[in-house]
Amino acid sequence: MPYRCGSYHVIEKTAISAGVYSYAILCPEVAVDARPGQFVHIKVEGFTLRRPVSICDIDHKNGSIRIVFEIRGHGTAKLADANVGDNIDMIAPLGNGFTLPDGIAPDRRVITVGGGIGVAPLLGAAKAFRENATAILGFRSYDKIILANDFKQSDVHVITCTDDGSVGLKGTVTTPLEAELAKNDTDMVYACGPQPMLAAIVRICEKAGVKCEVSLEQRMGCGVGACAVCACGITRQDKEYMLMVCKDGPVFKGEEVLL
Amino acid sequence: MMKRDLTVTVAGVKFPNPVIAASGVYGFGEYYTDLYPLNLLGGISCKGLTLNKRNGNTPPRVAETPAGMLNSVGLQNPGVDTFINTNLPRLKKDGNVIIANIAGDTPEDYAEIAKRLSETDVDMLEVNISCPNVKKGGAAWGISTEGAALVTKTVRAVTKKPLMVKLTPNVTDVTEIAKAAESEGADAISLINTLLGMRIDIRTKRPVLHRNVGGLSGPAVFPVALRMVWQVAGAVKIDVVGMGGINSAEDAVEMMYAGAKAVQIGTAIISDPLAPLKIIGGIEHYMDVNRIRRITEITGKVEPW
Ligand SMILES: Cc1cc2nc3c(=O)[nH]c(=O)nc-3n(C[C@H](O)[C@H](O)[C@H](O)COP(=O)(O)OP(=O)(O)OC[C@H]3O[C@@H](n4cnc5c(N)ncnc54)[C@H](O)[C@@H]3O)c2cc1C
Ligand SMILES: Cc1cc2nc3c(=O)[nH]c(=O)nc-3n(C[C@H](O)[C@H](O)[C@H](O)COP(=O)(O)O)c2cc1C
Ligand code: FES
Repeated sequence: MPYRCGSYHVIEKTAISAGVYSYAILCPEVAVDARPGQFVHIKVEGFTLRRPVSICDIDHKNGSIRIVFEIRGHGTAKLADANVGDNIDMIAPLGNGFTLPDGIAPDRRVITVGGGIGVAPLLGAAKAFRENATAILGFRSYDKIILANDFKQSDVHVITCTDDGSVGLKGTVTTPLEAELAKNDTDMVYACGPQPMLAAIVRICEKAGVKCEVSLEQRMGCGVGACAVCACGITRQDKEYMLMVCKDGPVFKGEEVLL
Repeated sequence: MMKRDLTVTVAGVKFPNPVIAASGVYGFGEYYTDLYPLNLLGGISCKGLTLNKRNGNTPPRVAETPAGMLNSVGLQNPGVDTFINTNLPRLKKDGNVIIANIAGDTPEDYAEIAKRLSETDVDMLEVNISCPNVKKGGAAWGISTEGAALVTKTVRAVTKKPLMVKLTPNVTDVTEIAKAAESEGADAISLINTLLGMRIDIRTKRPVLHRNVGGLSGPAVFPVALRMVWQVAGAVKIDVVGMGGINSAEDAVEMMYAGAKAVQIGTAIISDPLAPLKIIGGIEHYMDVNRIRRITEITGKVEPW
């Protein structure tokens, strides 16, 4: 799939919780090829390295994509200064995206499991399955909850968990995941979030015999596969490979990642 | 309108323009063909090749720095044979001058790689005695005149390909190393490779790079690179290719005034994949404004105080 490098207009900006922003970016030439799980690589003025941010949702009708990001350091803080009408310089769409098989029978289901900001890339994936998808969303506390309504509006069945129990189930995403998998009607699990959470999800899926895909993070340079800085160890057919998260990922099969 | 001439000749090899993608940021060109044809660049210096495939260092391998970055890739590459069989044919078809950047643990490794490449139609070899990210070889050969001389001599003995030796800035006197390579038969010198640096994450007390230290590149190193290119150009008779922090056409022109016949663009491509094209366009503009017909006219034409 071809990628583009250009400047695109922000057409909508919302603060969706403290320090978390949602941008809609008008980029028809990007949107037409973009798939859930891919990312955009954003040039922030004054920084040498671009910032990778997942594509949260794609509006094919409008020719726009949506990104949702959290302020983590200086780069994302600067990115959050952009307003409607400003331009965002990005390389997009990049990476492989989630495998979204068209052959899922109507009585089979998928589960998306996201922790914190990691729920963002899963919205597009869950929307592809609508009521056949269950989204398990984990946050630290009620004030950190993001995107739950967006999942619900797409008829996705939502299970919210918070570490402190302030909303939804108390505890981590793994308990509801095990419960859902026990129903024995899940085809595929898609996951994104902190590394320990992903490791736990991979173990649980393995035990349940359900395929799972995880979206990984790594510090990046070029974002397109050329500079070899974003490596991660991957096992395929008992052989170990150093693959590039930007090009070969960011989505990998659960059983092949060394978490 | 005057007709501009951007062609340059380095080590006897003719480049249609003086802008070359630097080794390590451009893979084998394959990831940039989505954006533009590779033949818009004067040349491409390919990712550093070793005798056998290498997986490189444990990640994280990159850290941001003020006006730059650190990397600790450690020469991850598919090995020279895979390059020859799969990457080179396409590169020769799609690109202009193709430069193979080579690295080894021992002088014999360098020679073996050079021998295999001699039988191909690669245009030039860039002998990397300056990689700071590997335990053995790499920069270990580039920090002494004896090491630089030995590797250059050993490679020269087995190949007729134009030979460019790439130097590290992590030395006390870079001109001595350049002269050592020249005296053993190098046709050109390229510099600089990265400066050894470090960053620490103060929340975790750990270095950001898993290898703890890595190579600094990007705009931050430009003045150091310019100074070294100027010194080396004054010390050797062979051609000099300048790089290190070039981020604009103005930087590239400065580098040529300092004595570079051509320039390589590294980190600027990571920041902006279109950087080399913008730099070529900017050089053309500079020539037009200043009524310079041949770009070679400016090489080394700095007027020091
Ligand atoms: C494929 C991918 C998708 C992502 N999607 C999202 C998303 O949808 N929403 C979101 O909020 N965040 C996302 N991230 C994380 C986001 O890239 C980082 O939070 C951001 O780069 C931090 O930049 P900073 O300048 O604020 O932080 P700093 O810590 O100042 O950044 C310093 C350097 O480290 C890098 N870095 C720091 N943290 C990370 C990280 N977690 N992953 C990769 N690089 C990092 C930065 O890019 C920069 O080069 C994604 C990361 C990847 C790899
Ligand atoms: C990610 C990365 C990988 C590199 N790999 C190589 C390499 O394989 N061989 C080499 O000779 N130089 C390598 N370099 C060094 C560059 O070619 C160049 O000398 C250096 O980065 C300075 O130029 P710049 O500031 O324009 O990047 C690498 C640099 C970077 C940033
Ligand atoms: S960021 Fe350059 S290869 Fe992945």
